[in-house]
Amino acid sequence: MKANGNISRRQFVSMSAVAGLGLALAGCGSTGGSSSTSDSGSGSSASGKVYYLNFKPEVDSQWQALAKEYTKETGVKVSVVTAASDTYEEKLQSEMSKSSAPTLFQVNGPIGLKSWKDYCADLTGTDILGELTNDNLALKDGDKVLGIDYVEEDYGIIYNKDLLTKAGYKESDITSFDTLKKVADDIQARKDELGVKGAFTSAGMDSSSNWRYTTHLANMPIYYEFVKDDEEETGTDAIKGTYLDNYKQIFDLYITDSTTDGSQLASKTGDDANNEFVNGEAVFYQNGSWAWSDISKKLGEDKVGMLPIYIGVDGEEKQGLCSGGENYWCVNSQASEEDQKATLDFLKWVVTSDTGTKTLSTDMGFNCPFKSAKEPDNPFSKIAKQMVSDGKTSVNWDFVWIPSEQWKSDLSNALTKYAAGTDKWDAVKTAFVDGWKTESEANAE
Amino acid sequence: MVKSLRKWWPLFLLPTALSFAFGFVIPFAEGLYLSFCRFISISNPKFVGVSNYVAALSDPQFSHAFWLTALFTVVITVLINVIALAIALCFTRKGLRGSNSFRTVFFMPNLIGGIVLGYIWQILINGVLTNVGQQLLALNTAAGFWGLVILMLWQQIGYMMIIYIAGLQSIPSDYLEAAKVDGATAWQTLWKVKIPNLMPTITICLFLTITNGFKLFDQNLALTGGAPDHSTELLALNIYNTFYARAGAKWMGIGQAKAVIFCILVICISMIQLKATQSKEVQQ
Repeated sequence: MKANGNISRRQFVSMSAVAGLGLALAGCGSTGGSSSTSDSGSGSSASGKVYYLNFKPEVDSQWQALAKEYTKETGVKVSVVTAASDTYEEKLQSEMSKSSAPTLFQVNGPIGLKSWKDYCADLTGTDILGELTNDNLALKDGDKVLGIDYVEEDYGIIYNKDLLTKAGYKESDITSFDTLKKVADDIQARKDELGVKGAFTSAGMDSSSNWRYTTHLANMPIYYEFVKDDEEETGTDAIKGTYLDNYKQIFDLYITDSTTDGSQLASKTGDDANNEFVNGEAVFYQNGSWAWSDISKKLGEDKVGMLPIYIGVDGEEKQGLCSGGENYWCVNSQASEEDQKATLDFLKWVVTSDTGTKTLSTDMGFNCPFKSAKEPDNPFSKIAKQMVSDGKTSVNWDFVWIPSEQWKSDLSNALTKYAAGTDKWDAVKTAFVDGWKTESEANAE
Repeated sequence: MVKSLRKWWPLFLLPTALSFAFGFVIPFAEGLYLSFCRFISISNPKFVGVSNYVAALSDPQFSHAFWLTALFTVVITVLINVIALAIALCFTRKGLRGSNSFRTVFFMPNLIGGIVLGYIWQILINGVLTNVGQQLLALNTAAGFWGLVILMLWQQIGYMMIIYIAGLQSIPSDYLEAAKVDGATAWQTLWKVKIPNLMPTITICLFLTITNGFKLFDQNLALTGGAPDHSTELLALNIYNTFYARAGAKWMGIGQAKAVIFCILVICISMIQLKATQSKEVQQ
């Protein structure tokens, strides 16, 4: 253990352990010091092993199967552990403290990288980096490459084709916020006649759902402001909230033309919204390509489509879906040499072998930015690609610059109150603009 | 015998002392060291001195959480013990039919884990709030606080009741008969005979309820999650949120410092309480 402080940790621990034991049991304290540290090498076999801490619960079983397959082929042991939804950071922190720490983990972008920099091996010159189709998808720190984006995802407003047709509209009718509002208001007004509960699914503010508004929807005003101020590469410490009125417009639409009364949104979950959508109780549902595995249980590929999230910005007819990644693979630099090598070999196999690429594209439905990746089995990824080839501009995922989880939870709080009518929009503005500044300062080194 | 015991007592203490060392002293010492460090995983901390404590003590949310926890603890300690003792008195009266099955029923909530209870009560309370046209838990500080109180009462009364029943049953019956012969009323018997003899039991029950109140975490996390705006966030949850709500090495140490302060607080308060009630205990 390389403790840099004045007192080494081992000294401190054994000293206080002895002191503590002395209180409990005079003179019997010499057993304390030796057992407290267990961070020696993991005693691995010569071939090394892989431990992947997976972020995505929805594809846990697929990863387990893939790991088994690899062990069968090569004899290298691969264990995959998945953190429960919304607890990845907690899990990663505790797993990293163990002697057999994850050899492969993920961070969610530049802000996440800040905490884990010291644990990320430089991937420059590795095979996996060579497989990447686009250099921009590597997460860099100076000239070191510390993370590799492995899945491109898209989100927007998912809609039910049958219901939209039944209401007398088609996708091409909706090309801007105004037209979206017109259609949604009309559907809401005729909801009984159409047999739906509302135009939009409930904008649930439970933690299983609120990220759709505090992260994904919030990305819209962040993106447009960053583009305007040319901050997409750097992020900012002080956001201005130039497009907050647009954010209000779209959020108002979500909570007014909704299946659910605003005061009830606080307890609505992600499952609630998904169920409303697949059961045909709502026409529109803001979510992304990852939702396909849940939707496909009830609705076929020809029944759904995805629209860009229009918020009423000039020239938005050219806007495409929100496409990007917040899933970067990092190799633990503190793991033993053999384990790091085994991990890199495993990654290479996953993105190049037939079994690996097939699992990624078909079973997980991932759109992977690797040279040998197969076409994903996911209608939303296809729509996103189609839109790009039609000349539309994808919206980048600039929410990766959001300063902290605290910012999101404060914003969620303000939005929940606004939706319930107990507070004004000003509170959302404060959480968005002032909160960004305070959180950036709080996290500054 | 006594002589050899004097010689060999460390051997007999060894199992307990070892488990106490491994289960408490060493982790606590390590935790204490970490509270002076900056770290992201506990395998390579950097020593930074007392800055974590400065940050922890100057955090307004931490002091809010402290006062809320203190209030919460007072409320539940009083309510749980009064109600549990009242129920225990009912169930130790002779001739009450079915008192055994009632005891089981009252005890059962204790067998359910805190997180599960929290979510069940969240659904129940939100249901009630919807029906009476009030804001849901996520927006309602008062409902959140009293919801937590109700939840804790529901969960803890049965447990304390069992301890009180055991205490009441161990009061020698000749005391009670003597009181009866002397013509004491039921009220006088309670205050002059039963409660003084119950003091050891009361000490235990107060200790349990006070520490349970201070350490409450699962139920708080599941029922309100601190919403709205951290206003129903108790100390343990505040520490948890300090750890995990912001990314970065800085927050781990601050959370750790808060945890150390918290631990010392709980120890002090329980010590004071133990001393205070023990002095009132009578020898039978």
